[in-house]
Amino acid sequence: MLKIKDLTVNVGTKEILKGLNLEVKAGEIHAIMGPNGAGKSTLSHVLSGKSGYEVTGGSITYNDKDLLEMPAEIRAREGVFLAFQYPVEIAGVTNVYLLKAALNAVRKHKGLSEVDAMDFLTLVKAKTKALDMDEKFLYRAVNEGFSGGEKKRNEILQMAMLEPQLCILDETDSGLDIDALRIVADGVNALRSGKRAFIMVTHYQRLLDYIKPDFVHVLADGKIVKSGGAELALEIEEKGYGWLEQA
Amino acid sequence: MSISWLDDFRQHAKTQFEQTGFPSNRLEDWRYTNVSAMAKKEFPLATMASSPVFEGSKGGSAFHFVLVDGFFNAELSNLPKTITVCSINDAIKNHADLLQSKFNQAITQTHGFIDFNTANFTDGLFIHIAENGVLDKPLQIIHVATQAAILPTRHVVILEKNAKATLIETFSSSENNAYLTNSVAEIFVGENADLTVYKVQQESETAYHFGGNYVQQADNARFTHHNFALGSVLARTDIVCDLATAAECELNGLYLGSQKQHLDNFTRIKHLQPNGISREFYKGILNDRARGVFQGRIVVAEDAQRTDSKMNNRNLLLSNEAEIDTKPQLEIYADDVKCAHGVTIGQLDEKSIFYLQSRGIDEATAKHILTFAFANEMVDKIAIPSLRESVFNLLLTQFPEGAER
Repeated sequence: MLKIKDLTVNVGTKEILKGLNLEVKAGEIHAIMGPNGAGKSTLSHVLSGKSGYEVTGGSITYNDKDLLEMPAEIRAREGVFLAFQYPVEIAGVTNVYLLKAALNAVRKHKGLSEVDAMDFLTLVKAKTKALDMDEKFLYRAVNEGFSGGEKKRNEILQMAMLEPQLCILDETDSGLDIDALRIVADGVNALRSGKRAFIMVTHYQRLLDYIKPDFVHVLADGKIVKSGGAELALEIEEKGYGWLEQA
Repeated sequence: MSISWLDDFRQHAKTQFEQTGFPSNRLEDWRYTNVSAMAKKEFPLATMASSPVFEGSKGGSAFHFVLVDGFFNAELSNLPKTITVCSINDAIKNHADLLQSKFNQAITQTHGFIDFNTANFTDGLFIHIAENGVLDKPLQIIHVATQAAILPTRHVVILEKNAKATLIETFSSSENNAYLTNSVAEIFVGENADLTVYKVQQESETAYHFGGNYVQQADNARFTHHNFALGSVLARTDIVCDLATAAECELNGLYLGSQKQHLDNFTRIKHLQPNGISREFYKGILNDRARGVFQGRIVVAEDAQRTDSKMNNRNLLLSNEAEIDTKPQLEIYADDVKCAHGVTIGQLDEKSIFYLQSRGIDEATAKHILTFAFANEMVDKIAIPSLRESVFNLLLTQFPEGAER
């Protein structure tokens, strides 16, 4: 599904990613771990098409297409979803309107008709309930005045509605208490399928207790320095990142 | 028929206007707005139209007072039965004493547009709500322009003690004509009375517009004004309020300019007595080469202790060539007051645009959604559902896909 080859990325004149390689297949869950400043967020942002990053070398192919050629909205319509580390508050735009506009944009791209208003409401209410969110959230401005946990749940709600193929979770566990973490993890686990892949970018192992990865990669100084199975995360939890950076 | 007291006012204003003409932008209050191109058009004074092309709507949710080219049209109107509402020309005949006692009394500072209006007004609204009287439905003053002319109208609005009313004033045209609206309203809100005014200005794109509300608020009187400045090539709104003890004044506004529109909003709130409250919130959106002006002056007189006043003006510039001149001014002569003001000028937030794009929404639509949301905060303040919906739809025509119909 996703092939990242020798990716190098600059922010300004500073090289952040220095030859990153990663391959993700449908059905897999990959965790990208690493110390602060390793380039984790840069990787998430470059995948989602955020501006301000200059790709200086390498390639990213997604479903055999050149991902880097696509504007952010086309990536989203093609099934790439970024759950933000810091979801943006948008005053005056209701959650329900964003969800509907987004869903219809994706459907239109796929050649489907606009979603029926009643069907949409039934669907969104069911998904909201599944994430233990009050229906009132739907009619509030996007993320405005939401707690940290509510914002992250809202990201997962959007993900559940858009049914993407490649889900990128950027530090989704940050700012969550244990109850909120469990709800978010349940939401993600419910979306696991053989057709969908996940990339979880996280500093801590904690999230991986709830969402078990197939692969764990350690990103340090712009490169993946070690890859392994779920047990690698436990090793990192125990030993920290220092021993890997030296390696 | 000649009415001597009124003729005196008219003659005096005429002389004044002949000396000064329309305001020069050498005047401080007019420094951002140049009306010389408008003055050169030398529009003739409107005459009564023989057959208005406008069809009155006699819907049940509001009373209607229709002015076609500045002349009251009784056939198209639908007036309340139990409250004194008539054309100002009728009031000159039938409510002479009351009118004379109020006429020109709310205007504390004049300028060329007001002088021209006093000298030449063709018609207008007169409404008098007696003590404890309530206008049970909003009264909509509908201005329709069909002629390439100057349309001067004068309203006198009097609410006695404890009276309550809502007025809606809409300005539009049946043809895409160039013309000049010149509408002046003198408003007297009596003790503990409550008046809300909605102004929706959607003149033709080549029209010029001047509309002024001059408001005297007695003790505990409440005045709320919502100003939607959408149309015309050049428009100026004056909202001038004088507040007695514990009077409350709320001014909200949205100016939305594109192409080469020039939209000037001048407000002055004068707290003359203690314990007054004023809240002012204006938002501007300027696209293309449009220019917006916000002048908000709050004066707190020496006697106006414990005044509580807040003013906020927020502007969104959607193009590099758009311009906003914003000038909040506090003049405070009392020492025990709470006054705050703030101004922001900015562009759409890049992070918000990207967030929407990352959900599959293209950049142009994302910008419409965010712009609409910025504007809609003011539309949401409209308490009348049918009016809120129609202003909402007006916004949608400018920002399609900005929201769900």
